[in-house]
Amino acid sequence: MKRIDALTAVYSRLQDRIVVTIMGAVAAELQSIGHRPNFFYLQHAMGLASSMGLGIALCRPDRQVIVLDGDGSLLMNLGGLTTLARYRPRNLVHVVFDNESLLSVGGFPTATSTGSDLAAIAKAAGVPRTATARTLDEFTRAFDEALAAGELTTIVAKVEAVGPSAFVTDLGLLENRFQFQRYLAP
Amino acid sequence: MSPVSTTSSRVIYDALKACGIRLMSALPETWLVHLIRMAEDDPEMILVRLAKEEEGVGISAGAHLAGVKSAMLMQNHGLLASINGIVSCAQLYRIPLLMLVSYRGELGERDPWQTEGGGVTEDILRALRIPFVMLEQPDHVAQRIADAQTLALASNKPVALLLRRGLMIEEDGAGRAGGAGR
Ligand SMILES: Cc1ncc(C[n+]2csc(CCOP(=O)(O)OP(=O)(O)O)c2C)c(N)n1
Repeated sequence: MKRIDALTAVYSRLQDRIVVTIMGAVAAELQSIGHRPNFFYLQHAMGLASSMGLGIALCRPDRQVIVLDGDGSLLMNLGGLTTLARYRPRNLVHVVFDNESLLSVGGFPTATSTGSDLAAIAKAAGVPRTATARTLDEFTRAFDEALAAGELTTIVAKVEAVGPSAFVTDLGLLENRFQFQRYLAP
Repeated sequence: MSPVSTTSSRVIYDALKACGIRLMSALPETWLVHLIRMAEDDPEMILVRLAKEEEGVGISAGAHLAGVKSAMLMQNHGLLASINGIVSCAQLYRIPLLMLVSYRGELGERDPWQTEGGGVTEDILRALRIPFVMLEQPDHVAQRIADAQTLALASNKPVALLLRRGLMIEEDGAGRAGGAGR
């Protein structure tokens, strides 16, 4: 499964939900499908996209929040997974695109390439629902089930280590930030 | 071990409430126990207990963009543990952070393990260009917390309040602020 295809498959579900992504490849791919004011791309601050998603989910229980994480990013904030599990917001779906690599910085392998299992780690951390998806069908099904479940879910989507050729887009970091804040204003 | 001041903790907590703080992230240390219990007992407060202080930067960023005022509660070693989040999330994205940092390792510190962090705290804040002010006496706490929040929100940047020994620790039998607990 390619991440761009997974994103395309669920794009219609992202359209009206709050979306927080990690940096680099994921951000550029989602923007290539279509940027929306309810999408925030946390460039550079590795590991904190899931924490940001948690902050938004706790403060806006009326809205569904989707975090698009990466294996390298999540490995940098594994403790945050226990915090997610502790508060287990019902309105948060946590997707981890696991390409077993730090794709955005040269594709060096992460520990998931040697067997570390992020879905098992999430489950052991206490995340009430976890799933691993290896095909587009499995991913789409797991994603829709998570949206319907109304319970914190971590979906680990095993994807190929391929991405766009460039990561810098014409959307400014602060432009994105203020646009997103304005969108969230009650 | 000299006791942590409940009175001062109450003054700080009430000042945070008066500023409209509705979410607090925290990682405990001795000086912060009463503040954390107050947040725990307050049905209006969302208390987020962290595994590591840096998470609090992301959570506060999310809260801010979602329109909720938040504060971070940590010791100075938690500030050290949060630096990349502060720079790469809060400063890069112009997020106001109200950071309450217990200032361990200052003059009077008896715990040897606190002393290195105490020596670098202010220099780190200066290097990060984070404005900071001391909380040392109950009578200026409310004003300083309100001023710090005003600046954080006006500048869209982090501001730190350093909680000092004299405020947080009750004087011991000898009539002087003595060594604090761990
Ligand atoms: C603290 C820190 N160290 C290193 C980097 C450089 N860096 C940027 S993206 C990235 C890899 C992210 O990996 P992953 O989350 O798996 O996403 P992918 O790039 O594979 O899509 C790294 C290491 C950084 N941004 N921050």
